Amino acid sequence: MTYIRKPKFANPHIRSNDLGLTHRDYEGSLTTLCGGCGHDSISAAIIQAAVGMSLPPHRVAKLSGIGCSSKIPAYFLSRSHGFNSVHGRMPSVATGANMANKELYFLGVSGDGDSASIGLGQFCHIVRRRINMLYIVANNGTYGLTKGQLSATADPGSRTKSGEESQYDNIDMATLAIELGASFVARSFSGDKSQLVPLIQAGLSHKGFAFIDVISPCVTFNNTDFSTHGYKNTWENYQALSSIDYVPMRKEITTSYGAGEDKEITLHDGSVIHLHKTGSDYRPEDRDNALSHISDYRKKGKIATGLLYINQDQADFHELNDSVDKPLNTLASSDLCPGNEVLQSINETFR
Amino acid sequence: MKATDISNPDYFHKVVDCQWACPAHTPVPEYIRLIAAGRYTDAYMINWHSNVFPGILGRTCDRPCEPACRRGRVEEQPVAICRLKRVAADYKEDISTRLPPVPRKKNGKHVALVGGGPASLTVARDLLPLGYEVTLFEKDRKSGGAMRTQIPRFRLPEEVLEEELNYILDMGVNCRFGEEITSMRELLEENFDAVFVGTGAPLGKTLDLPGYQESRENVHTGIEWLAGVAFGHITSIGRKVIVLGGGNTAMDCCRTAKRLGGEEVTVAVRSGFDEMKASPWEIEDAQAEDIPILNFHVPKRYIHENGRLVAMEFEKVRREFDANGKRLLVPTGDAPVIIRCDDVLCAIGQENSFPWVERDLGIDFDQWDLPVLDKRTFQSSNPKVFFGGDAALGPDNIITAVAHGHEAAVSIDLFCSEADVQQRPPPETLLQSQKMGIHQWSYDNDISIELRHAVPHADKSRTLKDLNIEVELGFDQRLAYEETMRCLNCDVQTVFSDNLCIECDACVDICPTDCITFTRNAEEATLRQQLIAPATNTDQDLYVSGELKTHRVMVKSEDLCLHCGLCAERCPTSAWDMRKFLLNTAKAGSPCQKP
Repeated sequence: MTYIRKPKFANPHIRSNDLGLTHRDYEGSLTTLCGGCGHDSISAAIIQAAVGMSLPPHRVAKLSGIGCSSKIPAYFLSRSHGFNSVHGRMPSVATGANMANKELYFLGVSGDGDSASIGLGQFCHIVRRRINMLYIVANNGTYGLTKGQLSATADPGSRTKSGEESQYDNIDMATLAIELGASFVARSFSGDKSQLVPLIQAGLSHKGFAFIDVISPCVTFNNTDFSTHGYKNTWENYQALSSIDYVPMRKEITTSYGAGEDKEITLHDGSVIHLHKTGSDYRPEDRDNALSHISDYRKKGKIATGLLYINQDQADFHELNDSVDKPLNTLASSDLCPGNEVLQSINETFR
Repeated sequence: MKATDISNPDYFHKVVDCQWACPAHTPVPEYIRLIAAGRYTDAYMINWHSNVFPGILGRTCDRPCEPACRRGRVEEQPVAICRLKRVAADYKEDISTRLPPVPRKKNGKHVALVGGGPASLTVARDLLPLGYEVTLFEKDRKSGGAMRTQIPRFRLPEEVLEEELNYILDMGVNCRFGEEITSMRELLEENFDAVFVGTGAPLGKTLDLPGYQESRENVHTGIEWLAGVAFGHITSIGRKVIVLGGGNTAMDCCRTAKRLGGEEVTVAVRSGFDEMKASPWEIEDAQAEDIPILNFHVPKRYIHENGRLVAMEFEKVRREFDANGKRLLVPTGDAPVIIRCDDVLCAIGQENSFPWVERDLGIDFDQWDLPVLDKRTFQSSNPKVFFGGDAALGPDNIITAVAHGHEAAVSIDLFCSEADVQQRPPPETLLQSQKMGIHQWSYDNDISIELRHAVPHADKSRTLKDLNIEVELGFDQRLAYEETMRCLNCDVQTVFSDNLCIECDACVDICPTDCITFTRNAEEATLRQQLIAPATNTDQDLYVSGELKTHRVMVKSEDLCLHCGLCAERCPTSAWDMRKFLLNTAKAGSPCQKP
């Protein structure tokens, strides 16, 4: 842990966004995680994504559960709304918050313990219910906060720092999310912000449930040569199925992309992603194709990353339930209690 | 770019902006930390070894270190380095036991020093402990040179001056004061092993305008007039005084005149206010004493009545630029300005003068009548004769004279040992980790956000009445401590070991000033643009690592690094370390000297 505050002085040459804010304005308090923790890089990537999209901080709700990963909302976007919930129960709180105000950007941050073990049931249901949010799992394959036991995402054969080998099959969070109906699924690596930042931006812009599984090495308990979630293995074996550039809707598109492997996808909020595929038979809008690619890479000991699957045509929870458009706190009592006449007309429909 | 060679002492030296800018390369952050720790005597000695006159310079230095200070790039004002130096001098204890011992047994070499100013005294200080015999010739009754004659006592009290001069004179200088050397030939005939000339730039200029002949009794040369005041020959001046010129001498003249009876003292400058050569703080001090400074006033003639100066006529001008961008001063066409006066002080520059050096002694002079010297060794074309200070390269400042003195002493020592004067001994350097624990450093890395503290001044109603009352009171210990905390410890270097890096980005994410980027290598100009924060200040280097496992390189722009050590604190593998880089320039008799 670092005992000094991060100095206030900033570099005058850093770029500011359309709101006149720099990344220093999107910071949170100083991290208390171990130096070199992948989670800190995820915080930094979220900050960069928010600056790049000119997100008004007060339009963002950060939600998390318990664990090293779930501490990180304290380290970014200190001017946003936040809720640090019970272990594995962030999906319930996120669902509730999302019901109450669908105008906010919802950003859930969880870990492999919080989402793949104690909260797996909650995770499955929030995916299935298509809550409009970005859900990030900082996945390090270990229980870092309890000093390095194998987690449910540890690959078979991967060993803990003390030498214990994982005997069980791992839960692949990205595969699970695709199976359960998530409409935006990506995987990335905390060490590669050039890949992670546009994915976060696209995930926040996407309407529906967006999920990013981020390999985020635990530098203290799971960064050995025989861990599949350490820096060494990840740098050597992560391979992008696609790379994307994100263009916020306000920006004019100036780069022209050739046909063939490149594709331009306009998201619901008007922003655009340029998708560059690295394999010719890979089709990110085809669910079965995406799943088979993930599985094929896995068999070769490789980690498939990038935007794995996207489906823009799926209705989200609000559309399916025809929920009220305005945030609940803006509804007047006349909206909530429209009077006897309206009640009578509703009752009439049941007679 | 090629990987940075951090074994070249210049690389890290340049990062310590203040030390790099200091002509004598004083290790500034090192002594500032000692002041913070209350170790004033230790701080003083670091200064004394490097710049010889800490108490004097702590009041009078031109401070090239301050415009260079990194703090001035991350916020508005640099650290008050100069006045912290004074703090070390003000609060030190007796240093007599810390002075270098002077051997009783001499080495048989005898060096003559001409002129008793800072350059000569530095040579004496450096050579005496090596066993040299040193004879100092000074035309005045006392040593000190320009430090005594050109700096008024309200800026530099006599006791401070005497104390620091005596540390050197008491080391056993043969003083031949009041003895003006009028012939270099005769001096060389005295068979010294080497001669050092540190006679300064003693010739003040006067302005010969219409009416000068009739008024000359009341038209004075600034530096001569100041010298007259310093030695007590001049004790008064007319009620109305005009000072011509915009340099530091002009500021000293006007403030001195104000104390000697000048009630209406006016400074007139040809050029614009922003072009004045005087240091900003000297201008501020003059203005604080209610002395008006008129810019764009070109003196035209002295007006006299009955054989006595009564006024000066000025033409008002404005600044224009011609097609080549050359600055011109064009008359505005306004009516001439007449300012009444009893005396005029000309502080419009000074010159070297060597009428006493015969031109057939093998000492060559250039077209400006300055000696032809080797700029590194300060040796003239007569190998036995060395020059330093203003006498060498024209008018400059005290700290430059000291720097020349150190280098000349090295040369003289090499010359007298029959070694090659071109073989300069390298500086002594030290690069040492400051890590004390996982998150503990031996320096204070918490960055203070305090603004620069002003030095308190004595009350004007007192100081304007007495030439000898020092205006600046200096920092007290508490203020000094607060000011030391503003120092960014630029000498505690960020040292990167590429073989340890696992490319986790922790340093990039934590760096408050976005100095660090991991990127593909490129040419410098491209690289500067592709950093997280473009590095546009090309005076400041990029620190480039060797290639990393991902075929990228680490690039750190040194420009705005706060030396807060957070990169090293967050680094899980200690690929970053904070190491103190201490550099002391080689002095005469350096152990690194080649035999």
